[in-house]
Amino acid sequence: MANKANDAKIAQLAAENEIMGKPRTLLGDVWRQFRKHRIALFASFLLIAIVLTVSIGPWFYTADPTYADIMAMLAFNDGPDVTPIVTPQHPLGVDNVGRDLLARMLHGGRVSLAIGFTAMAIAMTLGTLIGLLAGYFSFLDGPLMRLTDMFLALPTLPLLLVITMLFRDSLRSLFGPELGIFLITVSVIGALGWMPTARLVRGEVLSMKEREFVLAARSVGAGDLRILRLHILPNVLSPVIVAATFSIASAIITESALSFLGLGFPPDFPTWGRLLFDGKDFYQLSRFGVLAPGVAISVTVLCVNFIGDGLRDALDPRLRK
Amino acid sequence: MTGYIVRRLLTAIPTILVISLVIFAILELSPSDPVGNLPLTIPPEVREQIREQLGANDPFLIKYTKWLRQFLWNEPINIFEQVSGISLPGSEDRLRYISWQTRSPVVDIVIERMPQTLWVVGTAYLWSIIIAIPIGVISAYKQYSIFDNVFTFFALIGFSIPTFFTGLLFIIIFSVELKWFPSVYQTTHEVTDWNSFLFQLKQMFMPVTVLTLFFTAQLSRFTRSAMLDNLGQDYIRTARSKGVSERSVIVNHAFRNSLIPVITLIALGIPGIFQGAIITEQIFRVNGLGQYLIVAIQGGDLPVVQTLTFIFAVLIVLFNIVADVLYGLLDPRVVYK
Repeated sequence: MANKANDAKIAQLAAENEIMGKPRTLLGDVWRQFRKHRIALFASFLLIAIVLTVSIGPWFYTADPTYADIMAMLAFNDGPDVTPIVTPQHPLGVDNVGRDLLARMLHGGRVSLAIGFTAMAIAMTLGTLIGLLAGYFSFLDGPLMRLTDMFLALPTLPLLLVITMLFRDSLRSLFGPELGIFLITVSVIGALGWMPTARLVRGEVLSMKEREFVLAARSVGAGDLRILRLHILPNVLSPVIVAATFSIASAIITESALSFLGLGFPPDFPTWGRLLFDGKDFYQLSRFGVLAPGVAISVTVLCVNFIGDGLRDALDPRLRK
Repeated sequence: MTGYIVRRLLTAIPTILVISLVIFAILELSPSDPVGNLPLTIPPEVREQIREQLGANDPFLIKYTKWLRQFLWNEPINIFEQVSGISLPGSEDRLRYISWQTRSPVVDIVIERMPQTLWVVGTAYLWSIIIAIPIGVISAYKQYSIFDNVFTFFALIGFSIPTFFTGLLFIIIFSVELKWFPSVYQTTHEVTDWNSFLFQLKQMFMPVTVLTLFFTAQLSRFTRSAMLDNLGQDYIRTARSKGVSERSVIVNHAFRNSLIPVITLIALGIPGIFQGAIITEQIFRVNGLGQYLIVAIQGGDLPVVQTLTFIFAVLIVLFNIVADVLYGLLDPRVVYK
């Protein structure tokens, strides 16, 4: 019964391919599988929408995030009714000093997302590099894995808090208030987040380098770097991509946590975490001050996690149906 | 096994030393100033004298060895003396590691604040273990059922929504709107009778629930995948085919074997919960260790920050060993030599 169904499916696929007249590619396969994960598909559209909104949104919604509209703030303070007043000028209302919340959300989103992606890129580059080296060169394995173990024993959040607190003033004077904080946050989150990836890649490389195709490559005279770059790296890339997605989510959460504790970005240069930190004390004034940034962080992270879930299934050939 | 434990503990010593050096170096290299928070009216000479007295001008290695000696040798003896009431010789000469902000020994404050953290975090961790394991087992047993899908969805939401947002939402819903629970945790509250006990339950409800939701999401997912791994094994089919009851297959075969990685994860997660508590304690104003760390960081109180960060690191190293040892004890296939 099952065999018959399978045969039919194979025949159908073969027919489809013949009609389309083009060979199946790796990317095509992944996409075909990813499409089946409905929630992940929906999440990726939502994430693209969020990224587009914060990246090109400020060009259309031109309100200045730093301009304090005193009259709007006074209107807010009027009366016992605390439901947010939505005006055409301020669709999400204003904060406690009259700055437009929507504009701040858009600009804050840019920073939050930029931090997520940059920190992920740093962590993944470091992790993949260290994992490749440790897995491939056995003389590096011991020292690099001890280093990884040591980094894993470092308490991430306390160290992050300490480092940002201690070094932000000197970096601020070097690179300016915005870039300085951005650089330190991103590099510390990245530098404390590469270890799981390194372990993952090392494990994959260890089993991969014993395979016949590596031996074949070596026997035709390929050097170590060439084997690593062309034969091993592409094969360990799928788990790295999945890890990368989850690491975006955790970087966004970590940055928000930092800002939420008041130790991240300054209030005039908001991120979503900072907006939440500022908004929580003025909840009676404006509910959007808490809800908007909180929901934005949660939805973004949720989307990224769902995409990671879908990618994990799609990238693993054994799970493909 | 004993040999293994001893060896692991011995190899942990260099790790801890290196970590302590890193933590110490980061803080020493920073431009933070112990007298930065003192009034501006203090003249620079006096400032310099204060700095000198605090030992802030000593060379790096001297400061590090002093710190190590105080932290690893003197303070444990002080703790022992306090707990047992026995006074060992030389207790007057023994230097205490003093907080720059409060001018009292760091370790005393840590001991003072430990119970609050342990209460809130420990209760949450216990609850999440109690809740998550059954959910994980049932989810795996009825994979892709409505139950499984619903909890998979909630678990993903559970660890996607950061605790600082759930915490705020809880305060808004339960304290501001419904006025059911207090938003601030009163540490001075003492349980003397039924009513004060009820109040204690009430004030613990929100911080504990927020943390429980977060841990439960992670743990139930992990239990589910551990169960799924085991349910697909051959010995399960063997058990079923020889007529073992379904209940026994699940409870005695699959569940017991799945518990091995789950217990390891529970042990590995304990240091993490102390870090997770930093944010929750800050939201609900629980004056535990996490909140102490934040206060110390904001006040530039290096001794406290060093001590707390070091404690967190030691916890991680220690529970890594605990997890490995537990793994060896529970899983007869793992043999440590």
